[in-house]
Amino acid sequence: MIVYLVRRLGQSILAIIAMAVLVFAGVYFIGNPVDVLINPEATQAEILATTQRLGLDKPLYEQFGIFIWNALHGDLGTSFVYGRPALEIILERLPATMELAVVALILSVGIGIPLGIWAGLRPNSLSGKTIMGGSILGFSLPNFWQGMLLILIFAVLLGWLPAGGRGETRAFLGMQVSFLTWDGLSHLLLPAINLALFKMSLIIRLTRANTREVCLQDYVKFARAKGLAGRRIVLVHVLKNIMIPVVTIIGLELGSMIAFAIVTETVFAWPGMGKLLIDSINLLDRPVIVAYLMLTVLIIVSINLMVDVIYSLLDPRIRLSEMKG
Amino acid sequence: MNPLLQVTDLQTHFFTRDGVAKAVDGVSFTLEKGQVLGLVGESGSGKSVTGFSILGLVDPPGRITGGQILFDGTDLVAGGEPALRHLRGKRIAMIFQDPMMTLNPVLRIDTQMVETVRAHEDVSHAEALRRAREALVQVGISPPDERLKSYPHQFSGGMRQRVAIAIALLHKPDLIIADEPTTALDVTIQAQILSELQTLCATSGTALIWITHDLAVVSGLADRLAVMYAGRIIEEGPTAEVIARPRHPYTRGLIDSVPRGKRHGAMLTQIKGMTPSLLKLPKGCKFMPRCPRADRVCEAEPSLVPLTSERSVRCFHPHDDAEEVLQP
Ligand SMILES: Nc1ncnc2c1ncn2[C@@H]1O[C@H](COP(=O)(O)OP(=O)(O)OP(=O)(O)O)[C@@H](O)[C@H]1O
Ligand code: SF4
Ligand SMILES: [Mg+2]
Repeated sequence: MIVYLVRRLGQSILAIIAMAVLVFAGVYFIGNPVDVLINPEATQAEILATTQRLGLDKPLYEQFGIFIWNALHGDLGTSFVYGRPALEIILERLPATMELAVVALILSVGIGIPLGIWAGLRPNSLSGKTIMGGSILGFSLPNFWQGMLLILIFAVLLGWLPAGGRGETRAFLGMQVSFLTWDGLSHLLLPAINLALFKMSLIIRLTRANTREVCLQDYVKFARAKGLAGRRIVLVHVLKNIMIPVVTIIGLELGSMIAFAIVTETVFAWPGMGKLLIDSINLLDRPVIVAYLMLTVLIIVSINLMVDVIYSLLDPRIRLSEMKG
Repeated sequence: MNPLLQVTDLQTHFFTRDGVAKAVDGVSFTLEKGQVLGLVGESGSGKSVTGFSILGLVDPPGRITGGQILFDGTDLVAGGEPALRHLRGKRIAMIFQDPMMTLNPVLRIDTQMVETVRAHEDVSHAEALRRAREALVQVGISPPDERLKSYPHQFSGGMRQRVAIAIALLHKPDLIIADEPTTALDVTIQAQILSELQTLCATSGTALIWITHDLAVVSGLADRLAVMYAGRIIEEGPTAEVIARPRHPYTRGLIDSVPRGKRHGAMLTQIKGMTPSLLKLPKGCKFMPRCPRADRVCEAEPSLVPLTSERSVRCFHPHDDAEEVLQP
């Protein structure tokens, strides 16, 4: 188990380094930030001074070296726009995104797994087919369009929920969160649903497919032959087996929800990291973009690592073979 | 007194896209307490479906469409799910063919055994665990305490089948349905498990339905044999008699194709032709296309008729009782 963890940790670090190179190289080519930052009527000397101040005149490898060196010290550069450390700006926005992603995940898991199991147990019933039909819808609607539809229905037509913003927040574990106040919660609901719908559809389909497969296994028939109650068969024998693939997906999806809540945050004016990224891309605020991408990679890699650990705890077969290896 | 199990005209059909497959079509047999019945037949003849029907475990698109299954006097077909659930695992247990697939891979052996005890009896976890341990000892698994904490993948195939047998024995059932429980195992383990299960059933007075396509395996074990073909029983009787003097041409073909010591060097005859598809069965006798004795009469459907008080056969031209299979 320890060997396995160390090996996985090594792989994770490699992934982060590889991503650092890609991110840096990629961002270097998306345009000259000086053009954006400086008054178009600025003199050549002013441009040169700014370029030097930002370290943009140095060769690429040197910029990268400095970037890595600083990154290891927690310094991902200073925002061209805000004049403050990029990481600090992003971390300020992180709680909002985290909260949105976690609530969306809870919604998609809490609703997706039961619906998926239900549909998997009764694939030919009307309810099973309705659930599947709904999941296809959730799958295929474009996220931004679905978001605007939600706003139109619940904010504009019905007036039940606010259309954007974060509402009243309260401190929780050192972060500002919305879900502890009524106002915040009402602001949180629509964006969380919007972010959740796609994942929920994914989880429904995955859970249903796995439930159907597991139900055909001899061990489920054997469990029935033992005279177990239907509830125990579903909640223990079936659920434990389908949790293995489902946990993997949940982990991967949590990472991507945090990382790519961009559309939802933009549509609902949710002040999270995604919205910051869009703003930064518009302004070519390179350090913020780099810091955003690096932080996102770090989050995804750590979540994957955690998923692997949970996965190995869930599946005794992996635990054993990996312990031997 | 009631027989333990009385199956009458059982019909279990699968409603597939290509048509209705009558996997079990009019099966009737009787099993007394403590008796061992061998259910033999080629692959696809409906042996497993017969077994699952008794426990009400036929999965869609299949379902029991007719007939009666009287277990100790109560009709399981009419009783439905509630009646069945209390019998399953308690009074009727089942052992499956593939031991690698019957135990849940993510649950420990103790979990899988304790839940079986507690599904039917309101006992403490500790007591259930003690019973599980006892059952493992009974089937020769040691050290039981350590094995209880293991997961299925830590056992060999033979050991897993022993665990499945231990689970079947937990409630000392009146009937065990064993669906080819040794087919997936290698020959020496097969023989061991066979004789162990036989001994266990004999000592506890448990009746056994032993499903197999291997006549040689069942001949030393069963009191009675029922031979199935295309969803029906075509011959039934005491094992020794059926083996020595098969009356149905199909049974005879089966026995002729079994390699045995006495016949060493003799040519094995194969039954010509293929098992028919259940969706395209011939009109009269289902065995007609492959039967060496068939004639015009066989275009009508034969029924299972008693020849003696002990034996019955479904054939218009059964072999003569005097015809012994074994040549001296
Ligand atoms: N799920 C199913 N869907 C459709 N038809 C089925 C299904 N299960 C069984 N059948 C039909 O029932 C017939 C009998 O199947 P069964 O499993 O009882 O055969 P068997 O005698 O146990 O054979 P084997 O020795 O291969 O186990 C099959 O040939 C098939 O046509
Ligand atoms: S009834 Fe006719 S076809 Fe059928 S087994 Fe007997 S002899 Fe053969
Ligand atoms: Mg079978």
